[in-house]
Amino acid sequence: MAPVLEVSGLSTVFHTRRGLVRAVQDVSFAVNAGETLAIVGESGCGKTITALSLMRLVPMPPGEIAAGSVKVDGTDLLKLSDNEMREMRGSKIAMIFQEPMTALNPLLTVGNQIEEMVVLHDKCSREVARKRAVEMLHHVRIPEPDRRAREYPHQLSGGMRQRAMIAMALACRPKVLVADEPTTALDVTIQAQILDLIGDLQREFGTAVVLITHDLGVVAETAKRVVVMYAGRKVEEAPVEEIFARPYHPYMQGLMNSIPRVGSARGLDVAPDERLQEISGIVPPLNDLPPGCAFEPRCTKADARCKTQRPELATKAPDHIAACWLA
Amino acid sequence: MSTTVSEARPSAPGFLSEVLYLSRRYPLGVAGALIMVTFVLCAIFADYVAPLDPFSTNARSSLAKPSEVNLLGADMMGRDVLSRIIHGARVSLAVAVGATVLGSGIGAAVGLACGYLGGWFDLIVQRVTEVMDALPLLVMALVITASLGPSLRNTIIAIAIPLVPHVARVIRSNVLALREMPFVEAAKATGMSEMRIAVVHVLPNTLAPLIVLATAQLGSTILTEASLSFLGLGVPEPYPSWGRMLSESAAEYVRTAPWLVIFPGLAISLVVFGSNLTGDALRDALDPRQHD
Amino acid sequence: MLSYLIRRLLLMALTLFGVSIVIFLLLRIVPGNIADILFDSAGLIDPAEKAKIVADLGLDLSIYQQYTQWIGGLLQGDLGYSYVSEKPVIEEIAPRIPITAQLAVMALIFSVVMGVPLGVISAVRQNTPLDYLLRITSLSGLSMPSFWLGLLILMACVHFFGTIPIYDRNPPTFWAWLAMMAVPAAAVGFRSSALIMRLTRSAMLEVLRHDFVRTARSKGLSERAVTYNHALRNALLPVVTIIGIEVAFLFGGLIVTETVFNIPGVARFLVEAIRWRDYPMVQNLVMFTATILVLINLIVDLIYMVIDPRIRYSE
Repeated sequence: MAPVLEVSGLSTVFHTRRGLVRAVQDVSFAVNAGETLAIVGESGCGKTITALSLMRLVPMPPGEIAAGSVKVDGTDLLKLSDNEMREMRGSKIAMIFQEPMTALNPLLTVGNQIEEMVVLHDKCSREVARKRAVEMLHHVRIPEPDRRAREYPHQLSGGMRQRAMIAMALACRPKVLVADEPTTALDVTIQAQILDLIGDLQREFGTAVVLITHDLGVVAETAKRVVVMYAGRKVEEAPVEEIFARPYHPYMQGLMNSIPRVGSARGLDVAPDERLQEISGIVPPLNDLPPGCAFEPRCTKADARCKTQRPELATKAPDHIAACWLA
Repeated sequence: MSTTVSEARPSAPGFLSEVLYLSRRYPLGVAGALIMVTFVLCAIFADYVAPLDPFSTNARSSLAKPSEVNLLGADMMGRDVLSRIIHGARVSLAVAVGATVLGSGIGAAVGLACGYLGGWFDLIVQRVTEVMDALPLLVMALVITASLGPSLRNTIIAIAIPLVPHVARVIRSNVLALREMPFVEAAKATGMSEMRIAVVHVLPNTLAPLIVLATAQLGSTILTEASLSFLGLGVPEPYPSWGRMLSESAAEYVRTAPWLVIFPGLAISLVVFGSNLTGDALRDALDPRQHD
Repeated sequence: MLSYLIRRLLLMALTLFGVSIVIFLLLRIVPGNIADILFDSAGLIDPAEKAKIVADLGLDLSIYQQYTQWIGGLLQGDLGYSYVSEKPVIEEIAPRIPITAQLAVMALIFSVVMGVPLGVISAVRQNTPLDYLLRITSLSGLSMPSFWLGLLILMACVHFFGTIPIYDRNPPTFWAWLAMMAVPAAAVGFRSSALIMRLTRSAMLEVLRHDFVRTARSKGLSERAVTYNHALRNALLPVVTIIGIEVAFLFGGLIVTETVFNIPGVARFLVEAIRWRDYPMVQNLVMFTATILVLINLIVDLIYMVIDPRIRYSE
C-alpha cells in the first residue's frame, strides 16, 4: 500500500534582512492512510514551517520552498499552479492550528465557516452545506450542533472551538490532516478528549495525520511513527515504541530524560530521587548554522568530528534512522 | 539560492553616512524632512532669500503676470507674490510651531497629571475633553479668535487650545498603561519613589509617542491657520499669511489672475505634505513593532 | 442595551450642557459686543442711543441672567432673535440646514465610496507602484487645504465651462441639482476620502496578518474570497468608528467650501454670525452643531455594537 503522503527532500528558506534563514532542510517522511506521524522538536526547530510548507501556506515574499516534493496520492503539490493548489487545500489536505480563538473569523458564525468550505469544494447548495456543517459538528461531539452552528466563535469554549476547527478541516474528507500543536492551548483534560476525537475520526475516515507537537506525552498517546527535528533537519525517525525504548540521537535522549517521571516509565529506568535533566544551551540561529552537527554545542557526548562534520541519517536498527556519529 | 547581505548601520557614523543610511531606509521621510528644512530656512532667512520687499505696493505692477521681475506674479496691490510667500513661511511656521508646542506641552502636562493624580481631576478633565470633542476644531478656533480679536498671538492660542484635550487624552492612556507595566512594578519593588519613577521611567517612554503626535499635529495646525486666515479671522495685516493671500484673491481673481490662487495654496500643500511624510516616517521608525 | 442607551443620552445631555457654558463664556471673554461693532464702525457715538439698543437686546443684564434666559428659551424651543436681522433665529437657520445637510451627506457618500475600495486595493497590492501612487495621492489630498481645492475646482470650471457653478435654490431637474451639488461635495469629501483610504489600508494590512486569514486560505478559498468575505469584514469595524470622528472634520470643510462656492448653507452662516458677534445666532448654531455631532457619534457607536457579534452576544 503506497503511502498517502510522501515528502521528499523538502527545503524551505526565508530571505530576511539578517541573511538567509534555512528553516527546513532536506526533510523526508511518509505517512500511510489511517496512520499518525508525529513530528517533535522544540520551538524554532522548523516543524511548523514544515507543516505550512506541506500546505504551501508559507508567505512567499520572504519565504521560498527551495527544493523537494510533497506528494499526496501521487500528486506533487509543489508542482501545481496556484489555482490547482487551492483546490487541493481543504479537499485533499487540510490543517488545524494551535490557537482556535484566533484561527476562526470572529465575525462569521461557526456554521458559516464550515459551510463555505463545503460549498467551495463539493459545489453544492447552501442548504445542503448547512446540513453537512451541522452533521460535522455532531460528528465532533459538540452538543446541540444546530444551535452551535449559528453561534460565533467567542461564544464557544476553547475545547469546542478546537472541535469546530476539526469539523471544518475534515468536512470535505481530506486524505491528509496536518495538526499543528492542536492541544497545546487547551486544558489537560480537554487535550485527552481532542486527541481521542482525532483518533476516532481518523479511524472512521482513514485520514493520514501529521501531528506537530513538542509534548512527548501526546506523541506516546497518538502516534505510530515519530520524526524528530532539530535546527531545521530531521535527526531521527522510528516507530513510536522503538524510539521511546531506544532513542539514538542525544537530543531525543535529552528530551526523554527531561520528562519528570513518577516511578519508572516505558523502557527507561529512572531512580526516584534523580534530578530533572535539562538540555543546556539554546537552538542555534537558523541563519548562522555551525558547519558540523547543529546539536554539537549542547551535546554531552560530542567529539571533535561532530564539530566539523555534519552527520548524515544512518540506519541504527531495523526501521530506525538517526543522524549521529556516536550513536 | 542567494544570500542577501543585510543593510548594516554604518559602524562609524559620520553625519553624511548616517543621512545616507536613513534615506535608504526611509526615503519618503527624508524627502519630507528636506521639504520642511527648506521652508524653515526660508522662514528664518526670509529677508535674504526674498527677491523683493513683500510689503511694498506698486500700482504699476498690479496683477502682473509671472515674469522676470515678479517670478510668481504680483497681487492686486503690486506686491510680489514670491516674496510674500517666502515671508509667509515665517508666519505660518511660527504659528504652527508655536501652537503645536504650546498645545502639546500643556496637553502632555495635563495628561501626565491625569494619569498620576486620577480622582476628581481626571474626571473633570475627561468631561471637559468630551465637551471639546463635540465641537469641530475649526469652529472652536473661529470662536476663540473672534472673541479674542484677530492677532498673531491670538491665532496661536486659538489653535493651541483645541489641541490640549487631544494630546492629554493620548498621553493619559499612555501613562496609565505604562504604570501597569512590569518594569514600573519592578522599580517600585526596589523602593523607588513615585516621583523618581515618573521622571526616570514613565516620562521617557511617553516622549516617543508625544513626538509622533506633535509632528502629526503640525500639518493640521498649519491647515487650521490657513483656514482661519482665509476666513479673515486669523493672522491679520501686515503679516503675510498664505491663507489670507488666498482669501484676498478668492473667486474674483480666479479668472484673471490664476497665479494668485495657485502659488500660495501650493506652498501650504507642500509644507503640510512634507510634515506628513516626516511624521509618517517618524512613526514607523519609533514604532516598537519592527517586523523583519 | 436599553440601560446603555439611557446612560449615553444622559451623558450627551451633560456634554451639551457643558458645550453651552463653554460657548457662552468664550463669546464674552473680551468686552465688546455687537452694539460696539455697530456703533464704532459706523462712527455714531451717541451714548443714549447706544444704551437703548443695549437694553433692548438685553445686553445690560448680568452674564448669569443672560445665560439662564438663553438656556430657558432653548429648552422651550425659543432660540431668541438675531442681533443683526432681528428675525427669530429659527427662521434664519431652518432654511439653511437642508442645504448643508445635502452637501454633507453627499460628501460622506463620496468619501466612503472612493476611500474604502481604494484602501482595499492599496492594501492587497502593498508596495506595488499602484500602492505608492495611491498613497502619495491620498497624502496630497490630506495636505491640501480644502478651500484651495475648492478654488482650484472653480478655476477648472472657468477654464473648461467658462463659468463658475452658481447656486440655484430651485434646480429644475434632479440632474441639475446633482451637478450643482456634486462639485462642492467632491471638494469637501476629497479630504475625508483620503483619510478613509489610509485608514482602510492600514486596517486591512493589520487584519491580513491575523491567524484566521491563514485559516481561510488553508480551506482553499480564493484570494478574493479571503480578501472580501474575511479580511474586509473585520477591517471595516475601525473604519465605521472613524466615520463618527470624520463628520467633525467634515464640518470644517463645509465651512470653507460653502464660502468658496457661495452656497447659502448653515456652515457659512456660522462664520458670518461670528464676524458680526451675533451672539444668539452663534450660540444656537454652535449648540446645533454640537448636538448633531454628539448624536452622530452615538449612532455610530450603536451601529458598531450591532455589527460586532462579540459585543452583540457578549456572555
